[in-house]
Amino acid sequence: MKTQNQKAWLFVLPVLLLVAFNAIIPIMTVVNYSVQETFGNNVFFWEGLGWFEQILRSERFHAALGRQFLFTALVLVIEVPLGIAIALAMPRSGFWVPVCLVTMALPMLIPWNVVGAMWNIFTLPDIGLLGYFLNHTLGITYDMTQNPVAAWVTIITMDVWHWTSLVVLLSYAGLVSIPDAYYQAAKIDGASNWSVFRYIQLPKMKNVLTIAILLRFMDSFNIYTEPFVLTGGGPGNSTTLLSIDLVKIALGQFDLGPAAAMSLIYFAITLLVSWLFYTLMTKDDAR
Amino acid sequence: MLSWMAWTWPTALVFIGIFSAMAILTVLEIRHPGGDERRGVLGLTTTRGDRLFISLLGTSYIFLAWLGIFGLPLWWPLGIAICWGVFCFWKV
Repeated sequence: MKTQNQKAWLFVLPVLLLVAFNAIIPIMTVVNYSVQETFGNNVFFWEGLGWFEQILRSERFHAALGRQFLFTALVLVIEVPLGIAIALAMPRSGFWVPVCLVTMALPMLIPWNVVGAMWNIFTLPDIGLLGYFLNHTLGITYDMTQNPVAAWVTIITMDVWHWTSLVVLLSYAGLVSIPDAYYQAAKIDGASNWSVFRYIQLPKMKNVLTIAILLRFMDSFNIYTEPFVLTGGGPGNSTTLLSIDLVKIALGQFDLGPAAAMSLIYFAITLLVSWLFYTLMTKDDAR
Repeated sequence: MLSWMAWTWPTALVFIGIFSAMAILTVLEIRHPGGDERRGVLGLTTTRGDRLFISLLGTSYIFLAWLGIFGLPLWWPLGIAICWGVFCFWKV
């Protein structure tokens, strides 16, 4: 009889406990909050599914959701091709490899709130290096505290600066794992650079790119700290992304019931898009 | 001890339902290992667990869509969700 060693389960146990305490129990609590109303003091009143109905029909939620999708779409459209392009341009061996890798990794080492504060100061029209240069040297009116377009350009540029490196490093890891034999075969066949990219490099990078896009989707869809520190959701509500609006409702207005309902809808969207994306990207592997 | 979690009976029943379903799947997996993997009508290769996940995710969207478009009561989406669950375990 074939004996199976079940000890592996013991090694999974700590992760399970950790996930239970930092994810499952909090989510259960949010589900409980979402059907009740509270005024504090741990006293709750039954509300049913009214909060869900209210959130799903609210203009404010639709607007914040639209801004969130726009932000994520722009970030992905810019960061993924740019990351791949930078990874392709990086040297594969020699002195410059560690220099490039460390330079690329630097933005990711900076805490999120510091990134927000840095870009805030950097783009201020009177004292910021970029803001001053654009306004006073080039004569372009640029003020992210007044102009919604400037605010959007700033948060997108900030995210590209902060997170393109992740795509670069993952793509680079995929590129260096391609054996030389593939390139030699392509050279013998007289393949163009585009063909090498399309039929050798891109397929070999598929797995790491799946992870990169998935991580960038989830992170950008759930982003809070950087735009909050940079613009605070303004001017007006122009950069109030879903997470910023959620915190305004939960902590600013102390409407825990609607905020919990909104969190669950937010979670359902993140879950569905991540699942769809992962399933579609890995569909061919299962065959 | 759990008062901070603000439990209510309806939400507790939802979680009891989900955890029971997972327990049933665990028992099935021990008795018939391999997850009953197959390629369904959507072209996806799914196990029993995947089918439960797709059923639950679809159910939440059916209820949310109904609430957003028509509002309460929720008997119709309940019926649709049950049909969806049956479809998932039968065909997907």
